[in-house]
Amino acid sequence: MVPTNYYLILSAVLFGLGVVAFVFKRNIITLFMAIELMLNAVNLAFVAFSQALGKPDGEVFVLFVIVVAAAEAAVGLGIIILTARNRRSLNVEHVDLLKL
Amino acid sequence: MSEILAKYGFLIVPIIKVLILVFVVLTLDAYLTWLERKVIAHIQARWGPHRVGPHGLLQPLADGIKFILKEDPMPTGVDKKAYFFAPFLTLMLALTSLSVIPFGPDITIFGYTTNFGIADVNISLLVLFAITALGVYGIALAGWGSNNKYSLLGGLRSSAQMISYELALTLSVVGVLLIAGDFSLKHIVEKQIGDFGLLSWNIVGLTKGGGGFTQIIGCVCFFIAAIAETNRVPFDLPEAESELVAGFHTEYASMKFAMFFIGEYTSMIAVSSLFTILFFGGWLSPFPASWTITHYLPSVIFIPLGLWVFYDGIRYETIFGRLILPGLGAVFTVLGFALFLFSPVNEVIQGPFWFFAKVGAVLFFYIWMRGTLPRFRYDQLMDFGWKFLLPVSIANVVLTSAVIMWRMK
Amino acid sequence: MISGVLVIFFLLAGLALLGAVSLIWQSHPIHSALSLILVMVSLAGLYLLMGAEFVAAVQIIVYGGAVMVLFIFVIMLLNAGVEERTNISKMATFGGVPLAMALGLIIAAAIARSSGQMPAPAASGAMSSTRELSKLLFSEFVYPFELTSFLILVAILGAIVLAQREN
Repeated sequence: MVPTNYYLILSAVLFGLGVVAFVFKRNIITLFMAIELMLNAVNLAFVAFSQALGKPDGEVFVLFVIVVAAAEAAVGLGIIILTARNRRSLNVEHVDLLKL
Repeated sequence: MSEILAKYGFLIVPIIKVLILVFVVLTLDAYLTWLERKVIAHIQARWGPHRVGPHGLLQPLADGIKFILKEDPMPTGVDKKAYFFAPFLTLMLALTSLSVIPFGPDITIFGYTTNFGIADVNISLLVLFAITALGVYGIALAGWGSNNKYSLLGGLRSSAQMISYELALTLSVVGVLLIAGDFSLKHIVEKQIGDFGLLSWNIVGLTKGGGGFTQIIGCVCFFIAAIAETNRVPFDLPEAESELVAGFHTEYASMKFAMFFIGEYTSMIAVSSLFTILFFGGWLSPFPASWTITHYLPSVIFIPLGLWVFYDGIRYETIFGRLILPGLGAVFTVLGFALFLFSPVNEVIQGPFWFFAKVGAVLFFYIWMRGTLPRFRYDQLMDFGWKFLLPVSIANVVLTSAVIMWRMK
Repeated sequence: MISGVLVIFFLLAGLALLGAVSLIWQSHPIHSALSLILVMVSLAGLYLLMGAEFVAAVQIIVYGGAVMVLFIFVIMLLNAGVEERTNISKMATFGGVPLAMALGLIIAAAIARSSGQMPAPAASGAMSSTRELSKLLFSEFVYPFELTSFLILVAILGAIVLAQREN
């Protein structure tokens, strides 16, 4: 059997890599993908604990996280398309002012 | 032999099954292309391939040699990762989807009981849906990776079509899931075993214990959605020759195009197998199990078939045909007699025989539709998927669950 | 003798880490998207290893087959090119990346040190079948379930409103 720690360490490292990607990438879509990576890392931690405690509650919560992430991706990408059309650039450094 | 199988069987047996399945499926793919060309040709009142071997039977071999020897150009400016990965992904997913399909009941060889498919998982139906969901990437990446605006348009259109019809595909199966109670394809087939043979299949629904309901609506919805998923006529606008050059596989030549081609036919076989398992009883015979005389039906079919091929071969025009065809006919006749005489082999062969007979009928129907129907325009296609097929699938789910709840009381 | 389960775990974990590092390393957004798909598929493999088969299938169907397809469509639609050079200061790069990794490793070390108090994993698969999950979903978690369905409806309407052409 794989000890639960191994899954949690993997989840922490993936989350850290997601944070690094979020801070250092300039393309808006890549930032969004870094957010999805962080959500996936958290899902892994949930399922690991669900297996360790023997109850399926963690898996139910993972289903909710997946659903919310999908809804957020849909709306977020819609906003990104509109923003990119208005500013004509996908660089996050060009969309940091409310003024066009 | 049985000791080796008992100790190492979990490792050796799947490998043997994988090798047999890959060989059988690739041969079946090749001869499916031959069958398609012959059937469409006869629908269009012409001959089809008939020069390369007797009745054109060596045409797939000639096509294979052409694919291997042809130049494989790579256009400039392609995105190398996407361009090379896309056909590989399509073929890999199509072949993987065949691993969870049960071709027959559990068999026992040398004392080792194993299921008649490669993997027996609890969620085989969900695995198939996951593979269908990932199949979109092959086409999207192919369209984008070729540095060509027609390929990109064709790829995007085809991906949008696939994800639209994926919903209808998944929902039309939920009725069958409600009857079977489980995602495992083996349990779905076993739920259709009844005393009435044909009538216990999900298409009619007189299952054992009365927990079933006819799934005709689900069956029709599934079939239409499956044709759209595999990009066949009448839903093949994204890859039609007269529309967008060749759609997403314009810039692919010889070997990579062959991979797309084989991937498309393999996914057609996988979807037809799924269709027969879900709605037509998979490997169950249409006759009730108590009519054991019908176990001789394979022999009854093979022996006259063999004699007819033999007779046709003797008077064939070329010398090559006069050698090969009678040989083929003799093989079929001997096979028929062997099945008649050796009863244990006959019992084992019953399940796969009916399975492949049904899959063959469904594939013939696919090819028949290609030969007769015109194609949909893209906006008509998307309208149909979202505004008709999806509500009808949902209505099927509601109706089936209402009937099952009412019967359970 | 390392058990087969541990070997498969390290394989899948290695793939996931490779995908995550590749997401940061690649310059073109579509290669980052492909790396993220690799991460999601290997995570689905890990869920399968833990016995959570339904969650693994949902992860591939929803995340891998729908959300990432949406990302790839948007990248193709907006014709996102290779990333430009960033004007971030050198100190942020040479100080920031090691600090972020140190943060991650500190959390990982804290987890590893507490291995004594972690509950041992039970036998996999037996209790988390689809049936159990659905019973729980419709009895204890029915309120969040209905709320998420409402959320999806709102998201669909939002996406349609955002995608309208201005007349």
